[in-house]
Amino acid sequence: MAIDRNEIEKIAELARIRIADGQMDDVTERITEILQMVDQLQAVDTGSIEPMANPLDAVQRLRPDVVTEVDRREAFQAIAPAVEDGLYLVPKVID
Amino acid sequence: MAWETVIGLEVHLQLATRSKIFSGSATNFGAAPNTQANAVDLAMPGMLPVLNEQAVAFAVKFGLGIGAEIGKRSVFDRKNYFYPDLPKGYQISQFEAPIVGRGVFEITLSDGSTRDIGITRAHLEEDAGKSLHEDFHGLSGIDLNRAGTPLLEIVSEPDIRNAEEAVAYLKALHSLVTYLGISDGNMAEGSMRCDINISLRPQGTETLGTRAEIKNVNSFRFVEKAIQHEFDRQADILDDGGTVVQETRLYDAERDETRPMRSKEVANDYRYFPEPDLLPVVIDDAYIENLRKDLPELPVQKRQRFTEAYGLSTYDAGVLADSRALADYFEAVTKRCGDAKIAANWVQVELLGQLNKSELSIGDSPVSADKLGGLIERILDNSISGKIAKQVFEAMWQGEGSADEIIEARGLKQVSDSGELEALVDEVIASSAAQVQQYLEADEGKRKKLVGYFVGQVMKLSKGQANPKMVNELLAKKLV
Repeated sequence: MAIDRNEIEKIAELARIRIADGQMDDVTERITEILQMVDQLQAVDTGSIEPMANPLDAVQRLRPDVVTEVDRREAFQAIAPAVEDGLYLVPKVID
Repeated sequence: MAWETVIGLEVHLQLATRSKIFSGSATNFGAAPNTQANAVDLAMPGMLPVLNEQAVAFAVKFGLGIGAEIGKRSVFDRKNYFYPDLPKGYQISQFEAPIVGRGVFEITLSDGSTRDIGITRAHLEEDAGKSLHEDFHGLSGIDLNRAGTPLLEIVSEPDIRNAEEAVAYLKALHSLVTYLGISDGNMAEGSMRCDINISLRPQGTETLGTRAEIKNVNSFRFVEKAIQHEFDRQADILDDGGTVVQETRLYDAERDETRPMRSKEVANDYRYFPEPDLLPVVIDDAYIENLRKDLPELPVQKRQRFTEAYGLSTYDAGVLADSRALADYFEAVTKRCGDAKIAANWVQVELLGQLNKSELSIGDSPVSADKLGGLIERILDNSISGKIAKQVFEAMWQGEGSADEIIEARGLKQVSDSGELEALVDEVIASSAAQVQQYLEADEGKRKKLVGYFVGQVMKLSKGQANPKMVNELLAKKLV
């Protein structure tokens, strides 16, 4: 499976990764190599195998519905870049 | 052209757990910002989610409530997108294997007819935090108290055809989830939020048109208005030969319009994949049966029982069974007084009237079910008339005590003593010579009307306390 430059750009945008123009060809080539390996795996007949959600042969342990956390806002906000009125401040994003 | 509206609803329901879905933080509404946001909710490095058992149980209860298939092996997935109120950069949700599969939900419309609305699925996920875009020197403020609150997203089939059906569906859903006790259903606090998928197609055709999605509508009235507005907008476009663009829109209640929110193509590529931090959730039949055993009587069953056991009309049964608290109240009144129809009438007219006027919910009623039942007992045994009973009810509402205490203290007991009544009747007849003359000269048909005057006078003289049936009998005997 081949991947073109446009798709790499789109994926990079979705992942919020900036790829410099000069690196684009290199990145495209390396991802293509990975996809070739995926192609090899795809060739295996898996028709009778159930999709695996997790490699561990185990099921989720559940916890009782109990509040175990206390308010530690001060400690968390001490390491935040900007806070005000108890809120974490971030660059403005509006839909 | 005549257009048919096709609507599917996605409801995000906050589940009434004490702690969050993947962490032990509290979920109380209205806490100071970020005081209920801890390491897991803040997506600190190395933190791992652990699933809340109660959230699973609530989701299964919902599934049982709509007779849906329960996903015995459900899987959590990551839904990837970037937004500051989602610190992990992904929302833990369910995609391929939700906990609740297909089901059917019956709704009742205002004309009494019923319709089945298909439920496609319902899945567990975590809520995001809140962004505040007010003035923080050009920055946005983030409150992550809500992040990680358990949500059940309930997705309907595109079976809904108009605003009335949409509202009926939401009201029925609200009633169901509050009966089940899995959510407080408080729409004003965002416990139940609704996304509306709406498209039009020419009447009589089957192919679906291009839809718009209206996000986060949070009241029944806004749902109705948003649908009406969106129908007009899409019909205008289509009538002009244009095409509807698939997009996400917001309903602006102030301006009563919808407007586009964000461009779809980038925003909607969520790249779901299985959440590696959580194992598949496996539940067995014993677990499901245990929950089924504890299901309360549901609204549909209760309505049916109210019509069959108490002989109530479908409408009355619908009003009274709307909330569990109201239904329980009505049944307690009925049990005390023994007459379901009068109880239904008093609860719906006097009690609900007063509650609405005072903006109180049934749980805050100053008149208990037992007290109201006691009042109705006094109507039934002819101690007081219905008219006096309303006075007594007012007094009970003001906290003046039980019906008997108020009747006693105010001397409101109906006069059923024939000697006493006879004296009153005689007094009225004696002072109404002209009316008596008129009555005696009238024919049978007219007399029936004229006797009302005398009854009225006797009631007035007795301050409304005379037993009307006995007064009528006495007058018939005396006016000859």
